[in-house]
Amino acid sequence: MFEAILLTVITAATPLLIAAIGELVVERSGVLNLGVEGMMIMGAVVGFAVANQTGSGALGVVGAILAGMAMSALFGFLVLFLVANQVATGLALTILGIGLSGMIGEAFIGVPGLKIPELYIPVLSDIPFIGPVFFQQDALVYLSFALVGLVAYGLFRTRMGLVLRAVGDNHGSAHALGFSVIKVRFLAVLFGGACAGLAGAYMSLAYTPQWVENMTAGRGWIALALVVFASWLPFRVIIGAYLFGAVGVLNLHAQAIELDIPSQFLSSLPYLATIVVLVLISANRRLTLVNTPACLGKPFVPDR
Amino acid sequence: MRLELVKRKERSASMAVMSPLVAVGLTALAAAIIFAISGVNPLVGLYEFFIDPLTERWSLEATIAKATPLILIGCGLAVCYLSNNWNIGAEGQFVVGALFGSALPVLFPSFENALTLPLMLIFGAVGGALWALIPAVLKTRFNTNEILTSLMLVYVASLLLDYLVRGPWRDPDGFNFPESRIFSDAATLPDVFGGLMSLATPITIVIAIVLAIVLAKTLKGFEIRVMGESPRAGSFAGFSAKKLTIFSFALAGALAGLAGTMEVSAALNQLLPSISPGYGFTAIIVAFLGRLNPIGIIIAGFVLALSYIGGEGVQSGLGVSNEIASVIQGLLLFFVLACDTLILYRVRLVTRKVSATTGEPSHV
Repeated sequence: MFEAILLTVITAATPLLIAAIGELVVERSGVLNLGVEGMMIMGAVVGFAVANQTGSGALGVVGAILAGMAMSALFGFLVLFLVANQVATGLALTILGIGLSGMIGEAFIGVPGLKIPELYIPVLSDIPFIGPVFFQQDALVYLSFALVGLVAYGLFRTRMGLVLRAVGDNHGSAHALGFSVIKVRFLAVLFGGACAGLAGAYMSLAYTPQWVENMTAGRGWIALALVVFASWLPFRVIIGAYLFGAVGVLNLHAQAIELDIPSQFLSSLPYLATIVVLVLISANRRLTLVNTPACLGKPFVPDR
Repeated sequence: MRLELVKRKERSASMAVMSPLVAVGLTALAAAIIFAISGVNPLVGLYEFFIDPLTERWSLEATIAKATPLILIGCGLAVCYLSNNWNIGAEGQFVVGALFGSALPVLFPSFENALTLPLMLIFGAVGGALWALIPAVLKTRFNTNEILTSLMLVYVASLLLDYLVRGPWRDPDGFNFPESRIFSDAATLPDVFGGLMSLATPITIVIAIVLAIVLAKTLKGFEIRVMGESPRAGSFAGFSAKKLTIFSFALAGALAGLAGTMEVSAALNQLLPSISPGYGFTAIIVAFLGRLNPIGIIIAGFVLALSYIGGEGVQSGLGVSNEIASVIQGLLLFFVLACDTLILYRVRLVTRKVSATTGEPSHV
């Protein structure tokens, strides 16, 4: 029972983790992309469609990543080159993504999906309890942890990361030092798009291997909240994602043990939990101010 | 060769009028491409989508009926966005308003008199305002990001509606269908002009006009605009950002809640598990396309309503997915935001190196 619960928590947490770590990089560069939900749902539908047409889960994942990046490029062009309002453009991206995915996905409703195979790590996967939970997962679960490690290393241990954080904290100075603020931000936005697309692919190729309209159900928005929860520190995203993953599967398990609570109440828990967590985090000014990128959401026009 | 933005000395007044028109034109172009990809003659597609609904009386009335909630919600959102409060949860405020407004006819069906409708409308506005005040208070009190909280409450509101309609508020004589009882005549907003439009439309137009006057001519309107453009300057004038956050959220919530109540009272006549085809989100596009100006929003609401009716038209007439409506809505918002750049900036094509000393391009 406990093992089964842990397994569902991991699958519920992985898409949140992947999407949130991507958005963390975007926000560290000073850009707020509220379109995570839109990029994620596009990743889900394109991932499903490509996997369905080619019979290859791997190609599906690649397609999803490209779809997420294409969406984020559109966002990046508007907010970075045309200096459009970031909040409104992010919303536009979500509205467009939900519509476009519905249109593409219409042909795939009810079509049986493809599940990415689990990777059994030799020896380790034979350990009782620990083996099945931690070492018999699909490749994307391992990748999600690798991503967090890579992002943490890249942000805080490399020159590239230093430049990215400088751009996010003070774009004027970074520009004066000769760094291309727009270019750095555009690359960060593309990375965020790739992650959101990948997270979407996880939804339609691993979490529930099928296409259902609007299947991300606000997870992109929860990923945005996770970045705040993590106060822009990569490893804390893991804690947040697993916490929210656990809240998200309560519904499933409460029904199994026949708790007499309306299912709608349990379904609303992740959203209510997000609000509570945001309040707790933001009420603590010391915690939020230290790591918040100082230029988050501010437009930048280079003066030539 | 590259494009460069040059800041204008002042906002371009002509571009402020032109940009929504250019955006609509570009959207039509993009829509034509989507029709072509879907295997439909683009001209036929565009005609069915944008023009055909305008040619018949019933579809024109249906468009105006659909525009009504969009305009009312969009007006409230404009006040929020003008004052830099990012309320994106109007969909939830619409739903909760509808629930408050429906409480009377659902729980006290025998309460039928001249007071029924006015009370429903007031309850609806209060319900929407209360729901909107949650993110507002969390923002002013705990500094919590209102974008995320207002959006999370949309999901909570729809689940609440779903629970009530399937549970305690289900019609006792309804054969277990997830529907509330049908509202009595006393709880139904009367039709106007004998057609598809209800009293909701004139009420909405009056509210939009009053709001336009308030924004343009009163101190409150000045406060809203100043606090949006320069909160620091506003605070020297004695305006409080926190009070304005509360005010703008409450107003937007009240208008969305009123729209929700009028929608269930007039168009649906009962509560259903889903009562809105995304009005609260589409209204965000309406607000921006209408330049955050109530009169502009009346026009923009009509344009966006056309996309709903046009979407149904191309689905039944040409076999194109009606999801094309939301694709076109999303593209429209993109183009509006992109074209708005032209109000503040000139786009300059630079073909050769710009002289650093004069800043003059050698070729424009």
